[in-house]
Amino acid sequence: MDPGKGHMEKPPFDGINVLDFTWAGVGPHSVNYLGFYGATIIKVESHKRPDVLRTLAPFKDGIPGVERGYYFGATQVAPRYDITLNLDHPKGKDLIKKLVSWADVVAESWATGAMEKAGLDYENLKKIKPNIIMLRTCMHGHTGPLSKQHGHGFLLTGLSGLDELTGWPDRPPSGLYGAFTDHIAPLFNVVSLVAAIDYRRRTGKGVYIDQSQHESVLQWVSPVILDYFVNNREERANGNRIAYAAPHGVYRCKGDDRWCAIAVFTDAEWAGFCETIEKPGLAEDSRFSTLLSRKKNEDELDKIVEEWTVNHRDEEVMKRMQAAGVAAGVVETSEDQAKDPQLEQYDFFHEMEHPETGKLRTYHGPLFRMSKLSYEMGRPPMLGEHNDYVYTKLLGIPDEEFVRLMEEEVI
Amino acid sequence: MISDSTEGLLSPYRVLDLTTERGFLCGKLLGDLGADVIKVERPGGDPARAVGPFYHDEPDPEKSLYWWAFNINKRGITLDIEKVDGREIFKKLVKKADIVLESFEPGYLQKLGLGYDKLSDINPGIIVASITGFGQIGPYRDYKSSDLTIWSLAGEAYVTGDPDRAPLSPSFPVSYFFAATSAAAGALIALYHRAFTGVGQQIDAPAQLGVAWACGPEMPGLWEVDRAIVKRSGGIWRRAQTGATCDDIKYVSIPIVFPCKDGNVRFVPFIDPGMLPSTVGMTKWVIEEGFASETLKSFDWSALDWQTVTQETMDEVMGSFSRFFLTHTKAEIWEGAQQRGITLCPLLTAKGMAEYEQLSIREYWEEVEHPELETSIKYPGAFAKISEAPCAIKRRAPLIGEHNEEIYMTELGFSREELLALRQGRII
Repeated sequence: MDPGKGHMEKPPFDGINVLDFTWAGVGPHSVNYLGFYGATIIKVESHKRPDVLRTLAPFKDGIPGVERGYYFGATQVAPRYDITLNLDHPKGKDLIKKLVSWADVVAESWATGAMEKAGLDYENLKKIKPNIIMLRTCMHGHTGPLSKQHGHGFLLTGLSGLDELTGWPDRPPSGLYGAFTDHIAPLFNVVSLVAAIDYRRRTGKGVYIDQSQHESVLQWVSPVILDYFVNNREERANGNRIAYAAPHGVYRCKGDDRWCAIAVFTDAEWAGFCETIEKPGLAEDSRFSTLLSRKKNEDELDKIVEEWTVNHRDEEVMKRMQAAGVAAGVVETSEDQAKDPQLEQYDFFHEMEHPETGKLRTYHGPLFRMSKLSYEMGRPPMLGEHNDYVYTKLLGIPDEEFVRLMEEEVI
Repeated sequence: MISDSTEGLLSPYRVLDLTTERGFLCGKLLGDLGADVIKVERPGGDPARAVGPFYHDEPDPEKSLYWWAFNINKRGITLDIEKVDGREIFKKLVKKADIVLESFEPGYLQKLGLGYDKLSDINPGIIVASITGFGQIGPYRDYKSSDLTIWSLAGEAYVTGDPDRAPLSPSFPVSYFFAATSAAAGALIALYHRAFTGVGQQIDAPAQLGVAWACGPEMPGLWEVDRAIVKRSGGIWRRAQTGATCDDIKYVSIPIVFPCKDGNVRFVPFIDPGMLPSTVGMTKWVIEEGFASETLKSFDWSALDWQTVTQETMDEVMGSFSRFFLTHTKAEIWEGAQQRGITLCPLLTAKGMAEYEQLSIREYWEEVEHPELETSIKYPGAFAKISEAPCAIKRRAPLIGEHNEEIYMTELGFSREELLALRQGRII
């Protein structure tokens, strides 16, 4: 197969309309997948409250501005129309009704309260469009005492146990980098959304989806939770070591802060490893010849591994280990990642041009490739960029009325 | 509670799940939504039944908690697809299936004559989703992979961990789950597409792509814009300020993980309108309890400009928070934060998650019967609350060959003699 080069005569979600109230990370990342494969998305913002990522530095030339941030774009990579709409204005409510009638899917990522206040809870949406699909995603879900609490991905790594599972045994946990879970929760939403769209196709019924990002992310660590429920065990971080492999770690290589990960599981891999570091005798050495002996003498083993790796370049270590049938991987920096030939093969970095931030190669498509469908990217939209098209062409609002809406700050 | 509803969003569909422990999660998610997922494992039991932890620490193939967690909502059969009879039986199953999931090394199924092309000859609508470390093509395609090496090659390791030690990965492997979860998404998009075209296709989900994406915008962004390399900094956020070239990029560092009396908490002083009250509320609390520096006492968060604020100022501000947290327990901090509308969280272990009130109130945990052990066990439940056709646990993970008779005899029409022959021939 030839990933990403599939044909797209008529994309599957052609004709599916998405009204997108989401912002920040999880919501937009979720909705993007519908846009990649043909859905029409209208992102709703307001001048009073633009997408929060529009205010995140770094900015073009260091000058803040809603179109100048470099990170906003990372979440807005599928084709999207962008409109502004003041939901507090009485006239805004009329426009919303028209937009909901147009939509098949309404998506939002606020804590409980915001959509209700705007009269956009599921019951109300259904009155306007009986077979509407509504995706709601927030940190704690839309029931329970924490439903009104704002959340973000910097917290969820803590709540989901991933932080406590990342660290050295002799220190407080290091935790994960960045808003890691903002890249897990959306994948669940894509699964729910597409399943719901197919269900609606078959049954004609709408669907309400309430994602607690916490509840989705916990799926990934469910064995750890079962271990507590069943065995009363609280698993903790243990550096890079695991119980059933050695050597298993990240080893310093030649150069400044250069490293290579090596993971030896089987007898054959252990033999291949010893050949590679030119110490075939090690394989027979009673301190290291069995898994149990290697685990027992792991500190000493790690020293021997690093005595060798530190004299070789990381890429050479990886290639020689791989040639010997041992899993090994360079610890890539952002520079290495930008040049990684495998990521290149999958078009991981897409270049797009934006009127304010210029040409950037920081945009990413879906995490899979389909043999018969390509995907479409879109540059991040500007605030209210498509007001004219959406309000006058799509909703058919006369020009004079459109101008009045602008003057009255409805849009 | 096991759901009474028999309908799920994916009820009409059948999934054949050939995956190893790298891909179990994919079929589990489809099963949660009601698909009829059949886990196909080797005669005698899947090697991944040796993946721990285990029920009561008994390393029995029927007691792997890893197997239980990720094979829930599936039926199970044994089948050796490396044998001729096994392949023929598999092809029969493919005729009536919608999706095949696999996580073998690239090329393995092709070698057995069970690649996508062959399967689509049998059933043009079949969708094959492949979960791998690096994908079906490219220079790393045949690289041996493990969780740690993918995490490293995808860029996450370099930014994870403490600055004075080696790059780090989580002690519970999650790299392949990016591929497993997104493969489920891809398979469903293919399924929807098939409704209009009648033809299936192949999904190629490489874990490296997902883990690289999870590095977020900052790491690749600062390289692209400023030729700056983000380094690991533990619980400190080095927040990029301004700069268009590497020479003049500046950072302001703030702690976002704070040690407290009995563990750690996360708090980030965001100042967008939605989060400002939380940051101001936290500040008031620190002032009330007498931990605030003079700088924090007179600090106006709403006027803070992250672009220009000095490190010295932020040290004085955040230092007050650090001192405050150290004198309190996680429980005290959590309770106070709830009363004051402050958004923060304790770093939870499994115990903390099990006791997290919001999850219990939302009835997240589901009690699942294990009649073979005469017990019932609490599991994480639905990954989303879905109306009409709920996401729910409908059955525990299958025992070895538990549904062999049901599928081979009732569905495929093999006689008991044939079943016995297949078993004795180690085909099932």
